[in-house]
Amino acid sequence: MWVTLQITFLTLGLGLVLALPISFGQVYGNKWIKAFIAGYEKVLRSIPELVILFLIFYGFPRIGVRFSPFVAVVLGLGFRSSAYQSQIFRGAINSVSSAQMRAARSLGMTNLKGFINVVLPQAVRIALPPWTNEFTIVLKDSSLAYALGVTELLRQGGYIIATKYEPMLIYLTVAAMYFIVTLIINRGLGSVEKRLAIPGFDVKETVR
Amino acid sequence: MSENRVVLRVENLKKSFGDKEVLKGVSFDMNEGETKVIIGPSGTGKSTLLSCINMLVTPDEGKIWLEEEEVTSAKNINRIRQEIGFVFQDFGLFNHLTALRNVMVGLTKVKKVEKEKARELAMKELKRVGLEREAKMYPAQLSGGQKQRVGIARALAMQPKIILFDEPTSALDPELIGEVLSVMKNLAESGMTMLVVTHEMGFARTVSDEIIFMEHGHIVEQSAPEEMFKNPKNPRTKEFLFKLNELYGE
Amino acid sequence: MERMWKIVVENWPKLLEGLGVTLEMTMIAVVIGFVIGVILAIARVYGNKLFYGISTAVIEVIRGTPLLVQLFILYYGLPPLGVNLSPFMAAIIGFAINSGCYQAEYLRGSIQSIADNQMKAARSLGMTKRQAILQVIMPQALRRVIPAWTNEFIYLLKYTSLAYIVGAPELMAQAKFIASRNFQFFEVYLVVAIIYLVVVLFFTKLFSMLEKKVEIPGLEWVR
Repeated sequence: MWVTLQITFLTLGLGLVLALPISFGQVYGNKWIKAFIAGYEKVLRSIPELVILFLIFYGFPRIGVRFSPFVAVVLGLGFRSSAYQSQIFRGAINSVSSAQMRAARSLGMTNLKGFINVVLPQAVRIALPPWTNEFTIVLKDSSLAYALGVTELLRQGGYIIATKYEPMLIYLTVAAMYFIVTLIINRGLGSVEKRLAIPGFDVKETVR
Repeated sequence: MSENRVVLRVENLKKSFGDKEVLKGVSFDMNEGETKVIIGPSGTGKSTLLSCINMLVTPDEGKIWLEEEEVTSAKNINRIRQEIGFVFQDFGLFNHLTALRNVMVGLTKVKKVEKEKARELAMKELKRVGLEREAKMYPAQLSGGQKQRVGIARALAMQPKIILFDEPTSALDPELIGEVLSVMKNLAESGMTMLVVTHEMGFARTVSDEIIFMEHGHIVEQSAPEEMFKNPKNPRTKEFLFKLNELYGE
Repeated sequence: MERMWKIVVENWPKLLEGLGVTLEMTMIAVVIGFVIGVILAIARVYGNKLFYGISTAVIEVIRGTPLLVQLFILYYGLPPLGVNLSPFMAAIIGFAINSGCYQAEYLRGSIQSIADNQMKAARSLGMTKRQAILQVIMPQALRRVIPAWTNEFIYLLKYTSLAYIVGAPELMAQAKFIASRNFQFFEVYLVVAIIYLVVVLFFTKLFSMLEKKVEIPGLEWVR
């Protein structure tokens, strides 16, 4: 469990650190930067996570860099997550209408000031729900570390099964643990979302 | 015109949302061929009243009859709804269907009219609202006024006994209101029974047979337009009409 | 580069076979998942308390646990209970249920994004709830869900790579087999990566063409 959480948080952190500059580049960069980023995202989003992990695990030793499966997993999932997170941030920034920026400029703010004071506070709120989703995806994808032999939650379950043969029970327990953590993440970030919600904004009622 | 045959009877209608009482016992009749206009400040239950009449909103208390049939206790509300046309403030056109298909869909899917026959009927109604050339267009390709006329044609195609209009021009740009009102005027003159919630006083004054002034879930006053405008009895009515007058001038 | 080319030339029947299984699994699972998704979504949006409860629970549990764990439950968990599934079957069932739950959520979002007035207008014409859902809501919801659905298809295509862990003979399994003989792990996986990339790009393009084709004139979906 502990390893699973470590992978999750490190991956998410790495993804976040990479994603922020990427999303800025995508929104405000020149066309070369944009094209490069689009390619980066496209490739990382099109290749299965497992293949990325294997490429990193077997690829880096070629250029003389060796690391443990654990590091390979964090790097692989981190790169992957950066491609998804950057899309989330870019979408959020773009969805704050340009009228907001125009209004900010009309008050005499610089582009940067407008971004920080007007666009960003709104974008963060918009990005939060999909980011929560990405969080849980990373948590679940951490189970792929199994394939590289990292002893995370799923493999731990396998070891226990080897000693007492009760696969159904053990894997259901494993599933329950993932589920509970997912639930905690969703609830936690959901309450943050509520706290940040702008009154009267985006209240949508649906008739069932 | 009026033969005093009652088409719609509403009796002591009450409705609350949570602890907010929106309708506090509303009663009135509609005779065949009559046009009545409901006016009043926003939030006084006018739209809720209309939605209750065809049970899109279920009333808490009171009874509604459509001719001899009690709507409020009907087993098959869908059959009755076919006979009560409804025109929405935001048009309610089906986005994925052309104007023609919007008018046809109730005929083919609900009344089970044969497709060719339905097309014919739908074209007739589109012609009536002056949109036969727009039949193949999708809602998003039409102007607001055209959309609302399609909405009216869709209601008409079902051959309803009465049509309810829920602020049919409130979502329209001023220059588009006229085309919708003139369609409605023609309808009223052709003998359709119509109950209209609107803020268009010109329409209320010239077309309606009676004006109902509602406030806070009550009918405050109801009388012929001449009477209502010249000589409102209730001080609240007077105040409301005065405010309107100040806003829009005469 | 040359080594990669050599891998392709020497092993193309294997790779092709693996790709075939990958696509087969994806297609079957996505179709079954679609049926599951539609049912779950309608139950969750329009169902009574019971149906709402059941579909919500199923969706949340499946979405809240890793796909790999679900596969393990099907493949390792069931045999002691007397149910033996082939790796292929276990994978298909796992993928279909998993994908069904994700598709249900996309569809639910799509249904709920369709304005209330559509339902109201349909009912005002005398349509039953069922007619309104089938004639008015679903035709719009299905069009609107295509972009999200494309994503789901791509996700599933990629996640079928997990099937090799339970031993289904798809692309990853073939790659592993090839690599275990020539020890050129990196090159083999690079070839596989390129194959996935091409297939994904192909389907992305295909679906965006489909989306254009069923587009409602004049109407721009706000994404």
